[in-house]
Amino acid sequence: MYPKQEVVAMLLAGGQGSRLGVLTQKIAKPAVPYGGKYRIIDFPLSNCVNSGIEAVGVLTQYQPLVLNEYIGNGQPWDLDGMNVGVQVLSPYEKKGGADWYSGTANAIYQNINYIDRYNPEYVVILSGDHIYKMDYSKMVAYHKEHNADCTIAVIDVPLAEASRFGILNTNPDGSIYEFDEKPAHPKSTNASMGIYVFSWDKLRKYLIEDEANPDSSNDFGKDILPKMLADGQRMFAYEFSGYWKDVGTIESLWESNMDLLDPNVTLDLADENWKIYSRNPVVAPHYVSPTGVVQNSLISDGCIIEGNVDFSVLFSNVTVAPGAVVNDSILMPGVVVEEGAVIQYAIVSENAVIKKNAVVGARPEDIENKEDWGVAVVGDNRTIGEGAVVAPKEMVYEDKEGVN
Amino acid sequence: MRGNNVIGLIFTNLHGELISELTDKRTMGSVPFGGKYRLIDFPLSNMVNSGINKVGVITKNNYQSLMDHLGTGKAWDLSRKRDGLFILPPFNNSEEEYRNRISILNSIKKFLINSKEEYVLISDCDTVCNIDYQNVLEKHISNDADITVVYKRGQLPEHQDEPTVFSLDSTGRVKDVLINPIIEGPCSFYLNKILMKRELLISLVSECVSKNKNNFKRDIIQGQFDKLKIYGYEFEGFCAVMDSMSSYFNANMQLMDLNIRNDLFNSARPIYTKVRDDMPTRYGLGSNVKNTLIGNGCVIEGEVENCVLFKGVHIGKGAKVSNCVIMQDTVIGAGSNLSYVIADKDVIIKDNRSLMGFLTYPVYINKASKV
Repeated sequence: MYPKQEVVAMLLAGGQGSRLGVLTQKIAKPAVPYGGKYRIIDFPLSNCVNSGIEAVGVLTQYQPLVLNEYIGNGQPWDLDGMNVGVQVLSPYEKKGGADWYSGTANAIYQNINYIDRYNPEYVVILSGDHIYKMDYSKMVAYHKEHNADCTIAVIDVPLAEASRFGILNTNPDGSIYEFDEKPAHPKSTNASMGIYVFSWDKLRKYLIEDEANPDSSNDFGKDILPKMLADGQRMFAYEFSGYWKDVGTIESLWESNMDLLDPNVTLDLADENWKIYSRNPVVAPHYVSPTGVVQNSLISDGCIIEGNVDFSVLFSNVTVAPGAVVNDSILMPGVVVEEGAVIQYAIVSENAVIKKNAVVGARPEDIENKEDWGVAVVGDNRTIGEGAVVAPKEMVYEDKEGVN
Repeated sequence: MRGNNVIGLIFTNLHGELISELTDKRTMGSVPFGGKYRLIDFPLSNMVNSGINKVGVITKNNYQSLMDHLGTGKAWDLSRKRDGLFILPPFNNSEEEYRNRISILNSIKKFLINSKEEYVLISDCDTVCNIDYQNVLEKHISNDADITVVYKRGQLPEHQDEPTVFSLDSTGRVKDVLINPIIEGPCSFYLNKILMKRELLISLVSECVSKNKNNFKRDIIQGQFDKLKIYGYEFEGFCAVMDSMSSYFNANMQLMDLNIRNDLFNSARPIYTKVRDDMPTRYGLGSNVKNTLIGNGCVIEGEVENCVLFKGVHIGKGAKVSNCVIMQDTVIGAGSNLSYVIADKDVIIKDNRSLMGFLTYPVYINKASKV
């Protein structure tokens, strides 16, 4: 017998995140490292635990090995209860055949059994590609207060950027009258955050209907939500204020890491009352040698810094040799930077080796044609040979030979 | 492969008087060390990394911080259905029975008798090293020894209680045991780590108790070396003995040496500890850090040189901190100046304070005090 849960969270973690290129070649987007020691999925998982949600289903499909291993039994997030906790839900074979998750709604549909056994009142749908701290219990309370069937979290975005988002147009009481997907002329600046609260009986009904519709693409944004609105269901927008960032592109991932170095940014990872939990590597504290210079940076356990590091985020076990320079960059776990190498405006993925005097990325002010500038990316376990150059905006999938 | 027929026993309560400032409110085993560890992490991780899956942790008093640190033993992979971590505080015995090593062993006799493993490995928490006990066991078996004692060649630690020195023959067998000797130059001194068969330990302890002998070193090691085959195992890696505040301080400072760190934090045999989910350490504008070991969760805005900073330490703007050991969550105010200071956990040093100790006499600041 499963204990009844008022709220069950379903975390959509199956997307490929193709815009992150080499970073998601072998891992799903929610497993991408972030912020010097986290992976993106630590944020929704920690938010769930901190909001009091104890049953969390994680829907995986694309390259799930690293993600599944990382989630494990959920112990780092305190999600390893006896009958509750985190449950990885992969597509499975049923009587009559096996299906991949064909869309976000289909993924939930295929796991109705998982949700039903907790007999919940509400289901929270989350995605694994945003960095933010949010108390979902407040959103559920808002949903209850408005006697809503569906509540969608929205954040106020600058008008100039509104046409990049799904915009929700609302009545003064907060009820939604229109969805405007990436509008050319936005009527409001309420962007959907991709976080939904549904009353489970309602959602269950719509999922089953949607599945029966052969013309549906089985997607929340394209099918379920418009259908519910058209049917006149009670749909409300819940306004969230605070730090929220989609890290689906190289630029936004880079920016969001850099935000942690900005004292004016409101994302506080040191907050005792809203901890972001993660799986911690077993390594010694980091060490800065007499030749090391570190400023404006985040440095994790196990690093050895003998060179210059400024405005950068270093994950565990990164070594920076004497005379090497790392500026405005993100170095993921185990990266080795040899003597004289220069890394600027770059993301270097796990265990990559940057050999002596290699140059990765460049400062925008040093590039004549600004169109050619962008963050350089080196894939995991790649080697950039001695003196080799990785141009700005370049994405390195293969080892680069040295030039000597 | 799991299990190697050895149970571990760790004494967390002995030697504390040698660094009494640090053990005022905690056991020797829970003394913080090296930026994120407690002293018990070393013997415990060594045992786990050597394939020992059953460890009894002996405590006497002040063990709240130790219990908090160990929890279920999960961090050391000792939260197991079979075997795992056993905490052995004094039970159904008078205070009297927990006063020395022999009486303690006698009072946990049931734990020893009920165990099935053939061997017992005993370690204290006064040394910091990374040792593979599997090698000790193999040597013990190939020597056909009754008892194997782990020793180190070097200068005898000055302040250890009852420092014990062995003289060994060419096969490594102990030929003489000196306790509290006056010795110039290098010698083979005991590291408070001993291996023998479980049955032998039980019978030696029972014998001592029946004869009212209660000194483990004198009555078991020294008293038996001519009757039993006692062999020495030389440990050649880095080992620091905590026998005074200055040796504690120096051992922390030795961690700046890359070779020592590589030896002690050997990635094939990692040192496990309880984790706290701190964020990475943040360096602010104007921070200047040289030759320093730093745990996660620190915020550094001042100058730091030759220090060990534990997790969650804050160094304010313009503060100058050199040659210090600053423990968990201590805050050093802006413009303060510290040199040769050991600041315990949760200390608050307000702005513009100045504190100076000396290499041989570091100033110690009590847990949670305000300066």
